[in-house]
Order: sequence, then C-alpha cells, then structure tokens
Amino acid sequence: MTLTYYLVLAAILFTIGAVGVLVRRNAIVVFMCVELMLNSVNLTLVTFARATGTIDGQIMAFFVMVVAAAEVVVGLAIIMSIYRTRRSASIDDANLLKY
Amino acid sequence: MSETLPAEGLLGWSWLLIALPLAGAAVLLLGGRRTDRWGHLLGTATVVASFVVGLLCTFQLAGLDEKSVSVDLFTFISSGDLDIRAGLLYDPLSAAFVLLITGVGSLIHIYSIGYMAHDDGRRRFFAYLNLFVAAMLLLVLGNSFVALYVGWEGVGLASYLLIAFWYTRPAAATAAKKAFIMNRVGDVGLALAIFLMFAQLGTTDYAGVFGEIGTVAGGTVTAIGLLLLLGACGKSGQFPLQAWLPDAMEGPTPVSALIHAATMVTAGVYLIARCSPIYDETPTARTVVLAVGALTLLIGAIAGCAYDDIKKVLAYSTVSQIGYMFLAVGLGPAGYVAGLAHLYAHGFFKAGLFLGAGSVMHAMNDQVDMRRYGGLWKKMPITFATFGLGYLALIGIWPLAGAFTKDAIIEAALDRHDTFGYLLAGIAVLGAGLTAFYMTRLMLMTFFGRPRWEDGVHPHESPVVMTLPMIVLAVGSVASGFLLVSAFPLSDWMAPVFGEPEEAAHVIAPATVLLIVTVVSLLGIALAWLFVGRREIPVTAPVRVSPVTRAARNALYADTVNESLFMRPGQWLTRALVFVDNRGVDGAVNGLAATLGGSSSRLGRAQTGFVRSYALGMLGGAVLVAGALLAVTAG
Repeated sequence: MTLTYYLVLAAILFTIGAVGVLVRRNAIVVFMCVELMLNSVNLTLVTFARATGTIDGQIMAFFVMVVAAAEVVVGLAIIMSIYRTRRSASIDDANLLKY
Repeated sequence: MSETLPAEGLLGWSWLLIALPLAGAAVLLLGGRRTDRWGHLLGTATVVASFVVGLLCTFQLAGLDEKSVSVDLFTFISSGDLDIRAGLLYDPLSAAFVLLITGVGSLIHIYSIGYMAHDDGRRRFFAYLNLFVAAMLLLVLGNSFVALYVGWEGVGLASYLLIAFWYTRPAAATAAKKAFIMNRVGDVGLALAIFLMFAQLGTTDYAGVFGEIGTVAGGTVTAIGLLLLLGACGKSGQFPLQAWLPDAMEGPTPVSALIHAATMVTAGVYLIARCSPIYDETPTARTVVLAVGALTLLIGAIAGCAYDDIKKVLAYSTVSQIGYMFLAVGLGPAGYVAGLAHLYAHGFFKAGLFLGAGSVMHAMNDQVDMRRYGGLWKKMPITFATFGLGYLALIGIWPLAGAFTKDAIIEAALDRHDTFGYLLAGIAVLGAGLTAFYMTRLMLMTFFGRPRWEDGVHPHESPVVMTLPMIVLAVGSVASGFLLVSAFPLSDWMAPVFGEPEEAAHVIAPATVLLIVTVVSLLGIALAWLFVGRREIPVTAPVRVSPVTRAARNALYADTVNESLFMRPGQWLTRALVFVDNRGVDGAVNGLAATLGGSSSRLGRAQTGFVRSYALGMLGGAVLVAGALLAVTAG
C-alpha cells in the first residue's frame, strides 16, 4: 500500500481549508474550512495508523472528531449571537477586541 | 616614653575636667530662657571649677614617679577587630594644655560676662564657650587618636557656632562656613591618618601606635606624618589652609581670644608634639612641617602689616606666631619644648591682646578700623597698659615672655648646624622684625597720635570684670617666658614625654641671638614709626599704593588662589557631574523606559482585531515550527 495518494489528498484538503480560513469573510464558510482542515488531519492520522498497523492514530482521529463536534456547538452559538447583535456574519465586522 | 600607669586618687576623677563644662553647656542649651539670668555665672563657674580640678590633678601628677597616668572609662566602639576604649591620658603634655585651656579659658569667660552684658544671646554664647572648652579638653586628654578626633571635631563645631554667633550678619555666617569647610579639609587628612594607623597597626591608641610605629614601612610613616600635618594645618590656620582664621574674627572678640589665639589653633601644635614618636621616624614629614611653619610665619607677618582692622592684624599675627610653633616642633627633640613654651607665652599675650582689642572696640562702639582710633592711651589707661605689655611680650623685648620663647626657637633652629637651619633662623629673625613693625603700627594707630574718632564716640575704660582678666593675662605675658625658660624650665617638666633636654653646642651664644633679635625688632619699630607714627594717618586707606602693599592687603592673594584653584574647578566639577547625572545616568534609565514603552505600543498595533490576520499569524507560526522540526530531523 502506498501512502502518497492519501497524504497528498490530505495536504490538498488542508491547503484548501487554510486558504479558505484566510481569504473568506463569511463566518460559516470559515468555520467549514476549519472543519476541512481538521478532517484532512484525521485522514493523515488514519493513513499512518493503517500503514504502521497500530491503533493509536485511529483513536486520535476519534478524539479529534469529538473535539470538533463540541467546537461546532460552541462556534455556531457564537456566530449566532454575533449575527444577532451586529446583523452580519462577516468576521471582519467583529473587530472590537483590539489594541 | 615612660610607663603609663592606671590612675589613682584624684587623677581618676580627671574626666570631671571634660564633664563639668560639658554639663554646663548642656544645662544652658537645654534650659532655655529659664537660665538666662544666671547662665553666664554657671558657664564661668564650670570652667573655673575645671581649672581647679586641673591644678589639683597636675599637682598630684607632679608628685608621681611615673609621670603618665591613664583613666579607662568605657568601650567606645567595638566592631570586629576594631576595639576602641574611651580613656584619658594625663601626662605632662596634656597637663600643660589643660592648665592653659582652663586657665586662659576661665579668664576669658570672666571677661565675657562684661563684654556680652548687653547681648541678648549671652546665655547661648556661654553655652557654646563651655562646649568649646569641653571639646578642647577632650582633644588634649584623650588617650587615642579616635578620642582626639572626637574632640577635634567638637572644637570645629564649637568654633563654627561661635564665629556665626551673630548669625544675622551675612559676613559672620559666611566666615563660619569658610572656617568649617577649611577645617574639614584638614580633618580629612587627620581621618585618613587614623585609618592608615588602624590598617597598618590595628590600633589607634597612643601607646599602641607609638610603640609599634617603628615596624611600619618608611613610606607609610611619612604618609601618616604628612596627613597628620594636613589636619594640623587646617586646625591651626597654617599654609595652605590659613585663610579661614582672619575671617573668623567675625565672631565676638572673646571668641577670637579663646579660640583663635589661646587654644583651638594650638591644637595643631599639640597634635604634632603628641605625635613626636611618629615624626621621629620620618625626617621627610618633619622637613615639611618646618617648611610650612617658616612659610606661614612670613605670610602671616606680611599680611599683618597691611590690614587696618585691629582684629585682623591680631589674627594674622596669630597665624604668624603659630608658624613659629610649627617651625619649632618641626625641629625635632630640640624644638618641642621651645615651641610649647612659645605656645604658652603666646596663649597669655595673644589672649591679652585680643581682650584689649575687645576693650577698645567696646569703647569705640564696635569700630574695628584702626584709622578711626588714635590717642586712646589717655582715655583707657588700664587697657593701654595691659595691651602695651602684651605688645612688648609679642615682639620679644627682654625680659618679657616673647624674648625667651622666640629666642629659644631661633637657637633650636641654629643648633641644626646646617644651611637649612640657618635659613630657618634667618626667616624667624626676619619674622620678628616684621612682627615688631606691624604691632608697632597697631599700637601707634590705636593709642597714640591725634584722635580720629567718629562723631558721637566717647571712649571710656571698660568695667573691672573686663580689665581684671586683662591684668592677669598681662602679668602672664610678662612673667611666663622667664618662668618657663629659666626659672622652672618647661623642658624638665616635659622630660617624661620628650626625653631629657640635652645641652647642645650653640653656634651663636644665646645672648648674641637675643641681641640680634632685639636689634631687628627695634629696626621694625623704627620703620613703623617712620611710616606711621611720624605723619598724620588718613581716615580712609590710601588707594594708590605699591603692588607689595596691595598684595599684603589681599593676604598675598590666598583667597584668590583658593578660589581659582579649588572653588572654581570644584564648581565646574559639580556642574559637569550634574550634567552627566541628568543626561547620562537619568538619560539611560529614562531612555530605556521610553524605548520599551514606545516599542510595546508599536507592537500592540499588530493586534488589529481582524480574525483573519490572527489566523495568518498562527499559520505562519505553525509553518515555522514544522519547518524547524523538519530541518532538525532531516538535518
């Protein structure tokens, strides 16, 4: 089994996610891009677990999923409350916490 | 030096000598106005009582076989290796000083009762006088250099307070500061000498230092000797620290008599005489003492010729006479006793002269300008007679005091049998001529000639409380020289301290020396008569005078030299230091704070509030970390 395809795919997914986080303004899209990055990492973890024949990577992937689920709950709630107060889901509009 | 024994009997109580005037000062200063009415009497009584104790102690000392007793009092400082016990040393040298200080001091206290009768601050004045006497007694009685130093500083403090007694007068306040600061310069020398002794010998008491001084390297001993000399110069108004003494005449006249004639300025002579074992080890320092003495002798005499202020003339005369004493004690064993005899005689006649000057000022509404005196001998016969005897004693007319003691110094200089000795003797003889000149000028301007009084001045003789001390001092001026040199030689009394007097082969017979000095003095008197007595004295000083006179009027530019050599560079240095402090030290600290504050606020700008810029930062950081990990593992 060759690792290259999986790892290249994970790298592409991660890059798409990272670029999305940096260039998009819509909070929901940024959020989804973060999820994309998390899942690309999950893919890498599972790939290596399979390649080495150990179970550690798969357990780690489960942990990531659990954390991601919790994060989605909190993150969506924050986005909702920001949208309610500022009438906008653009992350550039929520810029009061600064120097 | 002979063996020192613990004190027994009355000598064990010799601490009373210091305690009595100190208690007097404490009562007068702490008692406040309540003691105004009888304060002066208490102040006088403590000093007279001190004199009586001193007399009794000295009589007991005279009866002992070993003429040196110590009184151990208490532990003064105990810290590590440094263990200083406060104690007194009563030996012939300190006994002589105790009698001079308390004796002349008592007379001056009595005189002050009359002189200060109309002054509001009379109680304060007596308190300071008592404090001064106590400090001076501690200075001469202490058995270690530290005790001496405490007294030394006390004397400096008391003289500061007394010179600035009329502190509302700016001149008095300035003179007091000048005296204090110039004394401080000398005190630094004395302190360093004591530090050196402790560093080298581990002790500061006389017995320890003088016993071990032979084991110290020659250069160090010379350094100690020179530093002690610096201290002595400061206290005694010797070159190059002589400028404070004439200015100190701003104080009341009894102060001039007590401090700047009879006692305080002799502290330097005492120090050098007391340290004879140190100077025995270092001919270099001794030669410097000689040079200082000879130079000061001339400077004082030359400046004394030009001043019109009666007290300043006497002050420069003091500078000059102390120069004689330094010259004497610098000569070594041959000169110590001659110097101390002169000190004693000087204590009498100079105190008498100052009290006489005070009496004249009292009569002339505190006028000090001799050009405003004249013809006073008829109005003030007792002052004139006592002042005249002091005058004759000072210029050394046989058989008054100065003739014996001054000639003894000149003989001691001649007995060195070398060119330097002859030169010193020549300077001393020249000084005698100058002394005769300026004192005759003073006498002629004050007591003779036509009255040049200001309007409304009615001279009168002083009350008996003032004339009595003057009479006693005049008797001392007449008799002390003969008594100390011929009748009851001081050299025998001092033998336990300085060793037995040895009969030196005189180059010139004492009678011839006396003849030479008398002829030179008469020459000075004649010159003074030619310049001053023969013609009318203008009431304002002539302006168009020779450069020599101008230099003498400025005390040979001592103040100018001090100002340009020490004061100005000192001011520049302080200004430069203030600049460096403000710009350099403060600048570095303030600059660092400003840099940190500025850069942190500039860094704070990076916190823009845009989430995406934070994300970019995180990504950049992660890439850096990953790159670093890769570089480490791959490399």
